[in-house]
Amino acid sequence: MRTIETLLVANRGEIARRIFRTCRELGIATVAVYSDADAEAPFVREADQALRLGPAPSRESYLNVPAILAAAEASGADAVHPGYGFLAENAAFAEAVAEAGLVFVGPTPEAIRSMGLKREAKALVAAAGVPVIPGYDGADQDPAVLAAEAVRIGFPVLLKASAGGGGKGMKRVDGPDDLPAAIESAKREARNAFGDDVLLVEKYVERPRHVEIQIFGDTHGRVVHLHERECSLQRRHQKVIEEAPSPALAANPALRVRMGAAAVKVGRAIGYVGAGTVELILSQDGSFYFLEVNTRLQVEHPVTEEVTGLDLVREQLRVAEGHPLSLPVVEGEDEGASPAPLTGWALEARLYAEDPDGGFLPQSGTLTDFALPALAGVRVDTGVEAGSEVSIHYDPMLAKVVARGADREEARRRLLNALRRMSVAGVTTNRAFLVRALRHPAFVAGDLHTHFFEEHLSAPPATRPVDPRAAFAAVLVGVRERALARAAAELPAGVPSGYRNQPSQKQHAELELDGTPVHVRYQHQVRRPGTFDVEVGDAALVVRVVTQTADSVVLEAEGHRRGYRARRTGPAELHVQVSGRALTFREVPRFPEPGARAVAGGCLAPMPGRVVSVAVAVGDRVTAGKTLVVLEAMKMEHTVTAPEDGVAAAVHVAAGDQVDADQLLVTVDASAE
Amino acid sequence: MVATRAVPRLRSRVDVRSEAFTANREAALASLASLATLRVKANAGGGEKYVARHKKRGKLLPRERIELLLDRDAPFLEIGGLAGHDVKGETTGTSVVGGVGVVSGTECLVVASEATVKGGAVTPMSLAKSSRLADIAEQNRLVGVSLIESAGADLPKQDQIFVKGGAGFRSLTQRSAARVPTVCLVFGSSTAGGAYLPGMSDYVVMVKEQAQVYLAGPPLVKMATGEVTDHESLGGAAMHASVSGVSDYLAEDERDAIRLGRQIVAHLEIDKAGPAPGPVEEPVLDAEELLGIASADVKVPFDPREVIGRIVDGSRFSEFKALYGKTIVCGWARIHGYPVGILANHGTLFSESANKGAQFIHLCNQRSIPLVFLQNTTGFMVGAKYEAEGIIKNGAKLINAVSNSTVPAVTIMTGASFGAGNYGMSGRAYAPRFLFTWPNHRIAVMGGKQLAGVLDIIQRAAAAKKGIEVDEQKLGVMKAMTEQTIDKQSTALYATARLWDDGIIDPRDTRTVLALSLSAAHHAPVEGTMDFGVFRH
Repeated sequence: MRTIETLLVANRGEIARRIFRTCRELGIATVAVYSDADAEAPFVREADQALRLGPAPSRESYLNVPAILAAAEASGADAVHPGYGFLAENAAFAEAVAEAGLVFVGPTPEAIRSMGLKREAKALVAAAGVPVIPGYDGADQDPAVLAAEAVRIGFPVLLKASAGGGGKGMKRVDGPDDLPAAIESAKREARNAFGDDVLLVEKYVERPRHVEIQIFGDTHGRVVHLHERECSLQRRHQKVIEEAPSPALAANPALRVRMGAAAVKVGRAIGYVGAGTVELILSQDGSFYFLEVNTRLQVEHPVTEEVTGLDLVREQLRVAEGHPLSLPVVEGEDEGASPAPLTGWALEARLYAEDPDGGFLPQSGTLTDFALPALAGVRVDTGVEAGSEVSIHYDPMLAKVVARGADREEARRRLLNALRRMSVAGVTTNRAFLVRALRHPAFVAGDLHTHFFEEHLSAPPATRPVDPRAAFAAVLVGVRERALARAAAELPAGVPSGYRNQPSQKQHAELELDGTPVHVRYQHQVRRPGTFDVEVGDAALVVRVVTQTADSVVLEAEGHRRGYRARRTGPAELHVQVSGRALTFREVPRFPEPGARAVAGGCLAPMPGRVVSVAVAVGDRVTAGKTLVVLEAMKMEHTVTAPEDGVAAAVHVAAGDQVDADQLLVTVDASAE
Repeated sequence: MVATRAVPRLRSRVDVRSEAFTANREAALASLASLATLRVKANAGGGEKYVARHKKRGKLLPRERIELLLDRDAPFLEIGGLAGHDVKGETTGTSVVGGVGVVSGTECLVVASEATVKGGAVTPMSLAKSSRLADIAEQNRLVGVSLIESAGADLPKQDQIFVKGGAGFRSLTQRSAARVPTVCLVFGSSTAGGAYLPGMSDYVVMVKEQAQVYLAGPPLVKMATGEVTDHESLGGAAMHASVSGVSDYLAEDERDAIRLGRQIVAHLEIDKAGPAPGPVEEPVLDAEELLGIASADVKVPFDPREVIGRIVDGSRFSEFKALYGKTIVCGWARIHGYPVGILANHGTLFSESANKGAQFIHLCNQRSIPLVFLQNTTGFMVGAKYEAEGIIKNGAKLINAVSNSTVPAVTIMTGASFGAGNYGMSGRAYAPRFLFTWPNHRIAVMGGKQLAGVLDIIQRAAAAKKGIEVDEQKLGVMKAMTEQTIDKQSTALYATARLWDDGIIDPRDTRTVLALSLSAAHHAPVEGTMDFGVFRH
């Protein structure tokens, strides 16, 4: 038995905060480690001690094992929790921690190693009698061999990085012609992400569900399962919405027992200790295949906590100290029975800083607003707050919004309501996308599969005409600011806004919403204080301002009263939110700065990142769509292509350059012969 | 605040259901509606054809330029908006638009040429309006911003313009000497005398390929010296900005010029010389009722306290000498936080009223408190008794006090303004900083009926002297015509068209207009005097 008194979390953001929370409850002192990018982050502030690891890039900070061990020593920590991601499934790290005389909160290095290499994992699992998906996991990585295996397995197939997880290095291939390019690309991504380009090929199951079983083992030889989670809603192989239980298993308890038994079997086979997850593919016909074991606490562990009432981090720490699991032993644990109760339903939505309408490109910037009302049955795990920087260096997940309910529908409504009521500004998020998903009839019906988004939500949301009241709510933010400025400047502040003893025209406000101009004209009614005649585009209405504060306004028009969150989020940016719809208006300056005109034919960086390669030289003839520059950002490659036919007039960057969003990369002269 | 709370609120005795109230209100609304029509006409400048031509050239209209120049949502107090209306040879509003507005946080006197009216040429009435606007800038120490595009003098009327027009340039440089700068933005031609507008201004911005400033245009130059030249090289913005130095800034376009103008005002960093206003309390009495309170027929008096209670902070009024000289109501109040001394008529002025008013003005000067006159007077009382008690010397005291007072004064014409009452209550000639009029206002040396009556007596006396019969029909026509003429010439509209005031306002806006006037007036020091002319006791 070892006692953990001080725990270092070798991670960042929400998971660090999540672990600290349990530590506080258990009376364990907390140690945060951080990179320069996170120096001001809430998780750093909340820890009892915080130690700097190094610069922002993960390699130099959160993946920097010597620095983490030095921090553990300096802080007097006696245990290390790796969280998820980064070093969580790095056997060498687990070993190094143990060698330093510290407790590693996680499975043994052997278990990590055996499950980390997918080929070995599959063989081991198959040997234990758990079904595995048909595939090739050979050591011969010759592309020709991989291609032949793909043909043997039968298309479509999936290429995966053997050392990977989380979707990186994964490619679906539908036919032999696409194989060479896909193999090359998958290998490159695998190499970049994991330093290992070994690929495996496997059968691609159509419309599969992703169901995973939470397992837990202790040092006393007991391995149990804590029911399943369904994580079928994924985009780019990343989970977006998760739930427990799975609608498929809730309708088929016998299947749950079989899958639970399989997962426990896998855990036993590798002598699993601590929290782990056995990921399985569930086909529409009810057959399931082993996918992989994640030897860590999962991102989506809260849904399990919400339906079992357990604190998984607490269990992890108990097990790490050598205690047996706190759950009473039930009969048939090896045959699929779970010792944990299963009550109600829980849903989790991952709020990402990404652009769902722009290929889910990760977004970075300053969160100018981040406010979540306290709601019954809603839990929010987040690592950010208003004012936080969302950097390009790490995963763009902002928060996990988790809702619990007596049944799935109650949980769904609560989650939907929470997402709608939260206010996020400054960075584009997938919030509206999450709302669309949660409202989709197929989701409501529980009819899920891993291509749900492609099937149901690939069409961009129908563009709704701008709500004139929302636009005016944005304008009112400026109206209020200017009234305060007048009062400060000894100008009569109580005089009606925009008073004219000889009125000739309305006040103008020029806004832009997603690049579309929004013209607002308004005139304060002199004899009805707070009432404005408003024109937004062709719409005319009379609006009464019921109340207004620095970040909200209640408007009444045609007898309809409604509250808007409306506030300034930048020097020329106004954010309005109503009913889960967030609108970010740009204020068009009244007087354009001379010389501030956009460069014609300019190709801009879609996001901050590093230039991987430049595929064009000055004077080259280019056709529309030709690749000009490849950027790497947020660990993904992005291609910048020529907007039109022409000649590369100027190339402004070189490979290796770090670029900002909207930085000019290449100028294409379309008029050139 | 404590001191303010000690001041009691006025109570209203107005019966809003009375016939008189309803009739007054209906008459006022009808007047305001017809005024609104005239304002639309004034805003239209030179009319559709010329506006279209102007816009086709990609130019902004004067009111669009002003609106862009002004801080968004900030108030603009236009001066002489209906000047020139129904005046022969003039256009409603004249060829200049002007007023007090906020530019980059500073109240400025803004003047814009109305280029759609005779090419912005100066007419006698627009000269008078420009002169009035210059006075406002000078008296209140307001930075001037001129938006120029003018063809120069309306040549057929040069006899009424040329000589006195020079005063405008003198005013510009005198204000400059007094550290009240003028910023001149030139949008179009500004020739001959007009060239001295930028010439005399402290800061000049010209719009590229649009501003043309020269003493003589190409045709006149050719006539005078034989030199053949073109507009751009003779007086284009680029030449003036880079060669002659007449322009300090070269603007890319009109918006850029306005941006530069705002930038210049911002860096002037003007502070107000007068004291800052205190906290503001809205009146408890309803300003809407002013329409029913002000008599449509100025012969019917109304209690000015009903007006005061609807325009001052918290409807609080600290009345002075309430039991003495009751036909003038005097007392202190605040308007949008500015302390003011109010003098308001309640009928004919008697000796006591005049003495009370003079004393009150004296007190306000002693304490440097601005004055507000609510003028509604049929003049000083006449008759043997009143002459004997010295109504002349007592009236003279009031006029003496008004004339020599140095605190800012704002006059509102709330009804009648007849005879020397106009003078004693700070009429136009007594240089109140601002003077605005309610639509029911009537102004003349005396009422039409009175004048006709006087005419009747004189005619009959003359006939009697000559021993002839009075031609009753002829006298009747004569009297009717006189009465009609006087009545026509004594209307608010007639007065405003001739710049006897700064504009007709909606009575319900009085508090706002007073606040803007007082705020502008506070750019100059607010200092009373104890130096008055000799009072005849």
